[in-house]
Amino acid sequence: MERRPFPAMTDTSAPPSENRYLRLAQQIVLGLLTLAITLLGLLLVTFIIGRVVPIDPVLSIVGERATEAQMQAVRDQLGLDLPMWQQFWIYVRDAVHGDLGTSIRTGESISAEVARYFPATLELATLGTIFGTLVGVPAGVLAATRPGSLSDQIVRVVGLMGYSMPVFWLGLIGLLVFYGQLDWVSGPGRLDPTYDMMMEFTLTSYTGMILIDSALNGAWDVFANAVSHIILPAGLLGYVSMAYISRMTRSFMMNELGQEYITTARVKGMPEWRVIWVHAMKNVLVPLITVIALSYAYLLEGSVLTETIFAWPGLGSYITDALFAADMPAVLGGTVVVGVAFVTLNMVSDIIYRLVDPRART
Amino acid sequence: MHLKHGFTRAAAIAALMIGTAPIALFAETPADTLVVADAIDDIVSIDPHEAFEFSGVDLNNNTYDTLIELDPATPGDLVPGLAESWSVADDGMTYTFKIKSGITFSSGNPMTAEDAAGSLRRVVKLNKTPAFILTQFGLTPENVDQMITFEGDTVTLKTDKSYAPSFVYNCLTAGVANIVDMKTVMANEVEGDMGNAWLKANSAGTGAYVLKSFKPNEGYVLERREGHWRGDAKLKTIFMQHIPEGATQRLLLEKGDIDIAREMTPTDIEGIMGNPDLKVQEDVGGQVYYLALNQKKTELANPKVQEAMRWAIDYKGMTDSILKGQWVVHQNFLPLGFLGAIEDDPYSLDIEKAKALMAESGLTLPIEIGFTVRNNQERLDIATSIQNTFAQVGINLVLDVGDGKQGLEKYRGRQHDITLQTWGPDYPDPHTNASTFALNPDNSDAANATGYLAWRTAWDPGADLNAETLAAVEEKDSAKRAEMYGDIQRKVRDNSAFVLMFQQARQDAMRANISGFYAGGATDSTSYWTITK
Repeated sequence: MERRPFPAMTDTSAPPSENRYLRLAQQIVLGLLTLAITLLGLLLVTFIIGRVVPIDPVLSIVGERATEAQMQAVRDQLGLDLPMWQQFWIYVRDAVHGDLGTSIRTGESISAEVARYFPATLELATLGTIFGTLVGVPAGVLAATRPGSLSDQIVRVVGLMGYSMPVFWLGLIGLLVFYGQLDWVSGPGRLDPTYDMMMEFTLTSYTGMILIDSALNGAWDVFANAVSHIILPAGLLGYVSMAYISRMTRSFMMNELGQEYITTARVKGMPEWRVIWVHAMKNVLVPLITVIALSYAYLLEGSVLTETIFAWPGLGSYITDALFAADMPAVLGGTVVVGVAFVTLNMVSDIIYRLVDPRART
Repeated sequence: MHLKHGFTRAAAIAALMIGTAPIALFAETPADTLVVADAIDDIVSIDPHEAFEFSGVDLNNNTYDTLIELDPATPGDLVPGLAESWSVADDGMTYTFKIKSGITFSSGNPMTAEDAAGSLRRVVKLNKTPAFILTQFGLTPENVDQMITFEGDTVTLKTDKSYAPSFVYNCLTAGVANIVDMKTVMANEVEGDMGNAWLKANSAGTGAYVLKSFKPNEGYVLERREGHWRGDAKLKTIFMQHIPEGATQRLLLEKGDIDIAREMTPTDIEGIMGNPDLKVQEDVGGQVYYLALNQKKTELANPKVQEAMRWAIDYKGMTDSILKGQWVVHQNFLPLGFLGAIEDDPYSLDIEKAKALMAESGLTLPIEIGFTVRNNQERLDIATSIQNTFAQVGINLVLDVGDGKQGLEKYRGRQHDITLQTWGPDYPDPHTNASTFALNPDNSDAANATGYLAWRTAWDPGADLNAETLAAVEEKDSAKRAEMYGDIQRKVRDNSAFVLMFQQARQDAMRANISGFYAGGATDSTSYWTITK
C-alpha cells in the first residue's frame, strides 16, 4: 500500500479567463459536482467490494461457535438478505447523513471511531508534508540549476533512496539510530506515559491533535514531548514525499529555466537568485501546488507501515485492522474518509492554483 | 556564487530540522507505574459480559472478580473469590454461594448477593458471544430470574440437569462470570442495553484496579484501589500501550521506556538473551495446533494413513527451530493446566515406520491431498515442514493458501482435505475441548453442526466415545472425571481424524527489576496486582 506510486500529473494549464472570479466560482461549483460524483462512485466501488469479497461478515460477528440460527439472526439484523440495490441505497443515504454505519467488530459508530483516529494521521501527514516541501523544493531547485553536477546527483540518489527503500526498514533503522543510540528523539507512540496521562486527565482536548491541543492548553512540557515523538515518523514521511517533490520541482524548474523570459531576465543583469526564486519560481509554483497537494493526500491515506512501526494510532492502521477482522463497514467508512480528503485536497489545490496563476490575473 | 544559495538554504533547513529534535529526557518508567506493551487490537469490548478476546479478558481480570477462582498453583483446584463458600445440593442441580461481606465496588457501593445474582442474570439477558458458557446449563433470558436467585448473603443457581460440579464451578471462574456493580451499571443504562455501552469505556468491579481510561487500539490506564480485599496492589498505575510490532517493543524495552513486552518474536527474544537488564518469563497458553483430516476423503479415512501421518511429522524439529519459544510439543487436546490434561506425547518423526504404514494402507502411492493453510508466516512454515516429511512417505500435499476466514469457511463447509488449525479453549473446563474434538452426535451433512470440530471434518467418534464424553461432563467425582478425560484424549490422539501437535507457549520479556508477574497459564488471565518493581 505504501509503495504505490504517486498519481500521474494532469495537465493543469488552462487559458486565461476574462473574469477571474467568475471562473473561480465556476471552478468551485465544478469541483463540488466532481466531488459528489467521485464520492458516489467511491461508495459504489467500496460497496461492491464489500459484497463480493469471500468473507462472511456474519461469521466475524458471532464467532466460530455460533449456531445457524444465531447467524441468521445477525444476517437479518444487518439487512444482508435485502436486494443489492436496496442495500446500496441504504448505505448511500446513511453516508450522506454522516453515518458511516456501525463497526461489526466493536459495535461502535464508525464516524466516531474515524474521528478519533483521523487527527493522529492528520497531524503526522501535515508535518511530513511540511518537511517534504521545505527540503524537497530547495533540493529540486538546486538540482535543476546545476543539471548533471554532483549536487544534482546527490539529490537524485537521496531522492531515489527515499522512494525505493522500504519504509518499514527505514523506520526501524531510524528508531535504532536516533532513539536507540543517539537519544535525540523519543520512541514509538504519541507521548510518554506520564504526559499521555496528563493530556488525557488534566488537559482539554480540542482537536485530537496533540501538538495543537497541548499548545492551546499552554502545556509546553507535553508539547515538547509530543514533538520529540512525532519528529522521527514525520521526518520519515517527509523524506518519502521529499523524494517525489524534489523530482517534480527539478523537472518544472528546468522547463522554466529554458524559457525566453528567463534569458531576458538574465541578459538584463538580474541577480541569479532573483531569476530563480522570484521569476521562475512563480511559474513553477503553479504545478508544484498540485504535486504537494497530491503528496499530502497520499500521506493522509495513512501510512500503515509507518503507523505500525511507530505505534501511531492512525487511520491507516485502523483500516488495516478492520480489514483483517473482516469488518467491511469500517474498511469502507475509512476508505470514504480518505476519498473525501483526497478529492477535497485536489479541489483546494485547484483553487489555490487559480489564485496564484499569473495568467489568470490579467 | 549565487547558485550556492539554494544549496546553503536546503542545508540550513535540514540542519534546523535535526536541531529541533529535543533530547529525550529520561529512559526509565516512573517507580509506581508499570508500563506494558502488547498488541491489544483484538479487543472488541471490555464489558466483562461481552469480552471474549485475550487482551480484554486480561484487562478485566484486574478490574473485576469472580465468585470462585482457579488456584494457579494446582490445576483443577478452586479457591474463594467473592464467595467464601459454595456447595451443591444432593439433586446435583442446585448450587449455593455464600457471598463475602465487607467488599466494595470501585464506586464505593457494597458488593452484595443481589449484585452477584444480577450480574449472572445480566450475562444471560445480554446474550453476547461468551454467554453460552453460562447458558449451557439451561439458562435462558426467560427463565434466568427463576434459575438464579438471591436471599440475604446467598446466591442460588439452578441448572437444567445434573452436571459434574467441577464443570459448573470451572465455568464460573471464566471472565464472563465476573461480578459487576449492578446499581452503577443500571444507572448508566441506555435504551435497554443494561449499561453495555457504558461498560465499554468504564469499569465497575471489585478488582484491585479501576479503569481510568480506555482508548481502543491505543492503550488503557488502570489505577490502584486503596484498601482492596486482596491487599493493595503494589503498583499504583498500570499503563498499557498498544504496540503491535515486536522489534519496536524490543527497542522500547532495551531503552527502559517500557517494563514488560508481551508480543516479541522469537528472534527478538533471542536477541535480548544475555542482556543483564532484561529477563524472559516462560509460560504456557491454552491454544493447540492440530491437523483435521476430512473423513469424506477415502484416503484420509484410512486408519493406516492416519497413523502414518502421526509418525511423519517433525514435531521436535519444528519446536526447536521455527516454533521455538512459541509452541511446545503436545499431542493431546487438553492443554496442560486443565483438569484431566495428560503429558504423554508418544509420536515423533519416524519416516520408516510411516512408510511401512502407508504400504499397509493398500493405496497406490503417492497419494495427492489438498492442504488448506492460512496465509501467515508461522503456519506456512509448519505447512512446509509437514509437506516435506509427508512427501517422503508417499503423501503429496498440495498447498491451498488463503485468508484465515476463507480457510475457516471451507472447514465449516467440510470442503477441505486436510487443514492446519489452532483451537483455543472457551472456558477453563475440559469439556470445552472434549465437546468439540470428541463429540459429534449427528455426522450427517444435514446436521450442519459447525460448532463441533469433529463434525466439520466429518468424523464420527462413534456411540461409545460420544457417550463417554457426555458421561464425563456429569461425573461428580473430580478425580474420576480427570481420568475419564485422560482416556478420551488417548482415544482421540491415537485413533481419530485429528492429528494433535503443539500447545501454545508464551514468552514475556521484562526489565530485570520486575517480579511477581503472572501471565495466567492455559486457564487464567494476567494479573498485575502481584507485580513489584
